Amino acid sequence: MSKEFDREQILRTSGVNPRKCMRCGKCSATCPSYDEMEYHPHQFVYMVEKGQLDELMASKSIYKCLSCFACVERCPRGVEPARLVEAVRLQVVRQQGNNHLKANDIPALLDDDLPQQAIVTALRKYSK
Amino acid sequence: MQNEMTTFKPKIVAFCCNWCSYAGADLAGTNRLTYPADVKIIRVPCSCRVNPMFILRAFQRGADGVIICGCHPGDCHYTTGNYYARRRMTLLFSMLDFLGIEKERTRVEWVSAAEGAKFAATMNDFVATVTKLGENKRLEDLRCKK
Amino acid sequence: MQRIGVFVCWCGSNIAATVDVAAVSDTLKNEPGVVFSTNYQYMCSESGQNILKDAIRDYQLTGVVICSCSPRMHEATFRKAAAAAGLNPYMVEIANIREQCSWIHKDKAAGTEKAIILGRAAIAKVHLNAPLTAGESPVTKRALVIGGGIAGIQTALDIAEAGFEVDIVEKQPTIGGKMTQLDKTFPTLDCAACILTPKMVDCAQNENISIYAYSEVEEVKGFVGNFHVKIRKKARYVDTTKCTGCGLCTEKCPVKKVSNEFNLGLDNRRAVYIPFAQAVPKVATIDADHCNMLKSGKCGLCAKVCTAGAIDYKQKDEIIDREYGAIVVATGYQPIALDKYDEFAYSQSKDVVTSLEFERLTNAAGPTGGTLLRPSDGTHPHTLVFVQCVGSRCEDDGRGKSYCSKICCMYTAKHAMLVREKYPDTEVYVFYIDVRTPGKNFDEFYRRAVEEYGVHYIKGMVGKVAPRADGKLMVQACDLLANEQLHIEADMVILAAAIEPDPSARHLATMLTASMDTNDFFTEAHPKLRPVESPTAGIFLSGVCQGPKDIPETVSQASAAAAKAIGLLAKNKLTCNPCVAHSDEWMCNGCSACEKVCPYGAITYMDKEFRMPDRTTAIRRVASVNPAVCQGCGACTVACPSGAMDLDGFSNSQIMAEVDAICKMK
Repeated sequence: MSKEFDREQILRTSGVNPRKCMRCGKCSATCPSYDEMEYHPHQFVYMVEKGQLDELMASKSIYKCLSCFACVERCPRGVEPARLVEAVRLQVVRQQGNNHLKANDIPALLDDDLPQQAIVTALRKYSK
Repeated sequence: MQNEMTTFKPKIVAFCCNWCSYAGADLAGTNRLTYPADVKIIRVPCSCRVNPMFILRAFQRGADGVIICGCHPGDCHYTTGNYYARRRMTLLFSMLDFLGIEKERTRVEWVSAAEGAKFAATMNDFVATVTKLGENKRLEDLRCKK
Repeated sequence: MQRIGVFVCWCGSNIAATVDVAAVSDTLKNEPGVVFSTNYQYMCSESGQNILKDAIRDYQLTGVVICSCSPRMHEATFRKAAAAAGLNPYMVEIANIREQCSWIHKDKAAGTEKAIILGRAAIAKVHLNAPLTAGESPVTKRALVIGGGIAGIQTALDIAEAGFEVDIVEKQPTIGGKMTQLDKTFPTLDCAACILTPKMVDCAQNENISIYAYSEVEEVKGFVGNFHVKIRKKARYVDTTKCTGCGLCTEKCPVKKVSNEFNLGLDNRRAVYIPFAQAVPKVATIDADHCNMLKSGKCGLCAKVCTAGAIDYKQKDEIIDREYGAIVVATGYQPIALDKYDEFAYSQSKDVVTSLEFERLTNAAGPTGGTLLRPSDGTHPHTLVFVQCVGSRCEDDGRGKSYCSKICCMYTAKHAMLVREKYPDTEVYVFYIDVRTPGKNFDEFYRRAVEEYGVHYIKGMVGKVAPRADGKLMVQACDLLANEQLHIEADMVILAAAIEPDPSARHLATMLTASMDTNDFFTEAHPKLRPVESPTAGIFLSGVCQGPKDIPETVSQASAAAAKAIGLLAKNKLTCNPCVAHSDEWMCNGCSACEKVCPYGAITYMDKEFRMPDRTTAIRRVASVNPAVCQGCGACTVACPSGAMDLDGFSNSQIMAEVDAICKMK
């Protein structure tokens, strides 16, 4: 599938307009899993706009996002980066044709250090 | 017939008060916000200058819709003019409705001098509404037709 | 029959690109009454105006239609040109084919058709135009300045200097405004009080200036040249003519825990107070909400200690009626409330302060005497984090403002620089999105903060400020250039809060019938060419009430507003709007319907003798309009049941003719 199609699909499923971004970086400043991510929320916005989707879709970052929506809440321009991360992830999952992870597999992967929110969002993330 | 329906161009008369809405219409132009050319604007000093006679005359001469734009309540350049317009038009429009001119063909809208976008959006919406209703045949003076 | 000339303007390509101007002028040539029709590149240029003047003379035109830009833009220009050629200026009508035609329509055929119809409507109107002569009204040679900040002070001083009387109305007990709270001013770092307080004293001593401090505008009536204003002088419970400003009462007052608004609540004042030492007028004010005597009648200590006998617990608000020729609005700004910005912990920690609070904390006359101390424990802070754009440049999300507040970049650079200079042991971080420093010597100033003073400027926003149990503030931020997340242990966080117009401005705008934008800033008559005038005649704008600006800009705008006001006050007579209502006395039946709707009280009734058709004399009650008071709204023309009342320039028949011309398009 073409890159342009991916990009449009991502923008459509997320409803995000990356052009609204004024590059303030508050999303990445606020991100609790920043250090886990290879590409950070502000880079998602920038890279989707520039069409650098292969890197994003191959990156582990899309699974490291906690979906805590802190960036959505605090973005001064209403860009909603987390929705973009989720849309990229969804695009990958859809193209794989099956789930990256089955809901039943999740309990085995849990450990005590995992934040509560991550457990809840795991289901949301991996079972689309 | 089908073709005629799709190319129907309504005649719309817009009365705009000089201080807010006419300036708002100018701002829509300055910002290059498009709305259909079917809308023709008549400048009046205040929305309260719009005599119900003007509206009746417009429908008599074949207008398909009439819209009156004034300053927002409380912002009238003449303090209270738009309140008069609101009351008068409420009465007139209900009478026109009784005569068979649908309520959708007449409208009062508040547009400030800063609301170019609102002016364009209002006109787009109004033209779409009137186009859907089609040509207005009520009240039309056939003698005025060529 | 009128002899009408039609002039179609190309406006370069602004009109000509989407309207076939030649087709418009050719088609309109065939309209009844049109004897001359042409098109030209720039009708408003001198050569364009000469075409108009020549045609008026050569073709003996009695009416002119110009198809061009909005009448709000060039109606006056063309009317003046017509008058120069000997035509009554009110015989000129404009068909707006730029803002309301060529700029909004992409399709040339549709644009041309619409332009022709608009031209026809204007021709139909001109046929019914009648020459009008403008009346004159006198000018009250006194100006009112609303707001006593640096903008109002400068405007008042300039107007007074020109020899006119000026009244300053200020709602606070003293004039001076926000600038009195500042420490140093960028980019020269001179102390705010040192440059402002002499101006305040000048105001007090200038015999042309009267200061109404602790007062508010209650009602505005009238129009340009003749405003009638009611000013409410709030009760201070202190006789300002007797009070010497010695401050003895403020020392003896037993109510000590009233939040001091001058220091933004960083310390307390008494219930009777003088805001600061250099206040003008320097008189005490009793805060009625906290004074024991006024609340319960038990105290009276201040009256006992006052040697001048100035305390008067029975004082009442006083209403002052004054007349003015011009009004200058200088209502200024306030920083936005930050209670919705939880992520910066402003409401949770005392050590998170706004920049204006930081001004007080570093001001020699502030609560700490100029020593920078943490508000929570009074210790010396070592790490300071400045956050820019807090609430500025936000999408309309209910928390912030969409505009750039303009002053924050510069005052933050100033704060950072001053802290580093005074306390070299501190680390200062500034988190910015963009550093915006247009202005004389502004960018050099910012560069000095970085290069000479070693302030850490980091591109990126702060995401979160979390107060820790040990009193430190954990700042989580992003360095976008290094692409890393930062965690800084800060002692103080300073937020550059967005500024917004003073909340009193909207009510005032309604009273003045002056227009405002969606952010409650006053709108100017023209964003580029008339930046200090409101669209409402006789109302001028000074300072931040019109949009964010720094002190140098405010002062220059204040002087500009003063110049405009002086220009108005220097006239002995004003030309009135001739488009006023008039009543046909033969048709008037004296019903009073028009009198009731007139917002200006311009209509009166009189008994007049009429010679009737049967040669008898009858006395009838008829309406009469005062053309100097009538503003030409036309409310009466619609209210009149007999059709006697009509509006010159926008008569019933004229608008009807326009309606006909627009509807007759098949």
